[in-house]
Amino acid sequence: MVFAFLLVAAVTAGSTATLTYREARNSVLQASQDLAVSSFREVVSESAYDLPPGPDDLKGRLEGFARRGKPRHWHVFAEYGTTVRESSGTSPVSTVITDELRRQAADRPTGSFQRVVKNGVPYLVIAMPMVLRMGLLDTGLDTGMVLYAVVPLEEEGAQVDALVTAARNGAVPGLAIALIPALLAARSVLRPVRELRRAALSMGSGRLDTRIAVRGGDELSDLARTFNDTAAELERSVTGLREAEARARRFASDVSHELRTPLAGMLAVTELLDEDAATAGLDPDTARAVRLISTETEKLAVLVEDLMEISRFDARAAELNTDEVDVAETIRRTLAIRHWTGRVGTELPDGIRARLDPRRFDVVMANLVGNALRHGGDPVTVTLRRGTADDGSPLLVAEVTDGGPGIRPEVLPYVFDRFFKADQARTRSAGSGLGLAITSENVALHGGTIRAANAPGGRGAVFTVALPLDGGPRGRAPEEET
Amino acid sequence: MPRVLLIEDDPSVREGVELGLRRRGHEVTATATGEEGLAALPEFRPDLVLLDLMLPGVNGVEVCRRIREAGQLPIIMLTARGDDFDIVIGLEAGADDYIVKPARTEVIEARIRAVLRRIEEPGAGRPTVERHGDLALDRSGLTVTKCGQELALAPSELKLLLYLSAAPEQVFSRQQLLEQVWEHGYHGDARLVDACVRRLRNKIEDVPGSPRYIQTLRGFGYRFGPL
Repeated sequence: MVFAFLLVAAVTAGSTATLTYREARNSVLQASQDLAVSSFREVVSESAYDLPPGPDDLKGRLEGFARRGKPRHWHVFAEYGTTVRESSGTSPVSTVITDELRRQAADRPTGSFQRVVKNGVPYLVIAMPMVLRMGLLDTGLDTGMVLYAVVPLEEEGAQVDALVTAARNGAVPGLAIALIPALLAARSVLRPVRELRRAALSMGSGRLDTRIAVRGGDELSDLARTFNDTAAELERSVTGLREAEARARRFASDVSHELRTPLAGMLAVTELLDEDAATAGLDPDTARAVRLISTETEKLAVLVEDLMEISRFDARAAELNTDEVDVAETIRRTLAIRHWTGRVGTELPDGIRARLDPRRFDVVMANLVGNALRHGGDPVTVTLRRGTADDGSPLLVAEVTDGGPGIRPEVLPYVFDRFFKADQARTRSAGSGLGLAITSENVALHGGTIRAANAPGGRGAVFTVALPLDGGPRGRAPEEET
Repeated sequence: MPRVLLIEDDPSVREGVELGLRRRGHEVTATATGEEGLAALPEFRPDLVLLDLMLPGVNGVEVCRRIREAGQLPIIMLTARGDDFDIVIGLEAGADDYIVKPARTEVIEARIRAVLRRIEEPGAGRPTVERHGDLALDRSGLTVTKCGQELALAPSELKLLLYLSAAPEQVFSRQQLLEQVWEHGYHGDARLVDACVRRLRNKIEDVPGSPRYIQTLRGFGYRFGPL
């Protein structure tokens, strides 16, 4: 920006100086040239009334011409064809007279001239054919002799050099002086632009209350005002959205809390219902109705429990209570408690110890294995191995694979979404539809990752859980001494 | 069959839990407020109190404290909200265990039995009274004295102390303790152990801040001694 301003100033000063120099140089040269040409013409035409000079007094005549030279003495040369060469100076022939001029001189009775630079010195060469005028008739008679006046233009050259110096001397300080306003102007434009950039960055990083100080009344301050208005508008809508989201989350949380109490009463009596439906000799329809209520109450209890859990994640109220455990042992227990030991193949090497929340890890593994058994197909296998994170920290990697048809590629990205059903038409299963969402939240709470994929060859789904061995960022030792 | 005092303000929960436990053969008295519950104690003499934390008037935590001041009656909290905060406060107030509502009667009864179960008595050939520093543990009489003074320990505190001291200097993870002392299957909440250790230290240690009897091994768990 500053550079651009300087460039503009330099170009302006430079071009002004150049134009000035060119104009001045041309006028200086033109003036000398016009004077020389007209006076030479005058001198030659005056001599046209004299008799043609003889060769012996030609030199004297030429010297006379030379003395009358304007703006300064000329060197005058006379040429007649190729036979006569005479001059006012020492050398009879001039080196600066070009053949081109010689050709022109013959054609133009009014004279012709040419600027020639020789050895760095500019010369003006004027050619005039000698015309003999006869008495009263005053008709010109070409004598065939051509007179050349050679005028050195050193002085004009010096003047022009002086002009160049003057132009340079004018332009450089001019440029230097232009630099200051250029810098000031650039700064006055750049500072608001930089502020705008800073403000935009700050808004991007989530500080939506960022505003810019508005100064003055130019276009930049208009821009700042527009930015502020836009920012305010954005802040309003985002705040609105956040409040709406918070309300929605609170609502889900409140609803699930409210549902727990009636469910607690219902769930406490489901056993009694089941028992009586089986033994009390109820009417068959009543017995079926009673069983239905009992079954659905239990499902509802699971759903509400899962909703509560999700609400806790959303409210960032989920705590990680870590313990150091042998991971293989932990997974074996998860399977044993649910009587899955015989149905699931395992590769669980002992000796991988990790700090994790055993309850949450149990929920994760139970959910993955449960899904594999329900929606996948045999054989279901759980494998455990060590791994390494990108930053080189050690991981435990637990993998649950099944031998089912796998997960359709188009639904893979959504399997961890809440209430996502891979098959929209599928009837409600035993799960709440929140299982995988809770699982991925639990993994994230440990600072780990979970991936869903299909086994190569399209045989079965593969769920891979990777957790840091040290309990992640929120690992906590048993109670701290105080 | 254990006699259970149920203190729960919500009628449907009160009735449901009462029905479920009766069906399983328990004697149940149910009250709607903490004050009524405390008043019913001397006459009903329950083996155990099931106590809702969120009560109108005198709240569950306060009821818990008053019962603890009076004696060593086992207390199981019913928490309607899985709010971790409430659970911790209840445990600090002296509850032995907690159940998150909604719960099946089966689960409630399993917890009741676990809290009431005695820790295994030592086999033949072991003295019934063991001395560890200033502590004297009577495993058959289920009493603990410190410098001759009998300590009032809640059932969970007593069981934890007897379990740890039965294998001095052996480290038990919180998970192991949950399974052995609280019989919590696998979904145990380690805060139960931590809260119980804190309460126990306040009663048996000279300086609870730098414990001598119940020592922490960070990252591993707890152990008794070495003294």
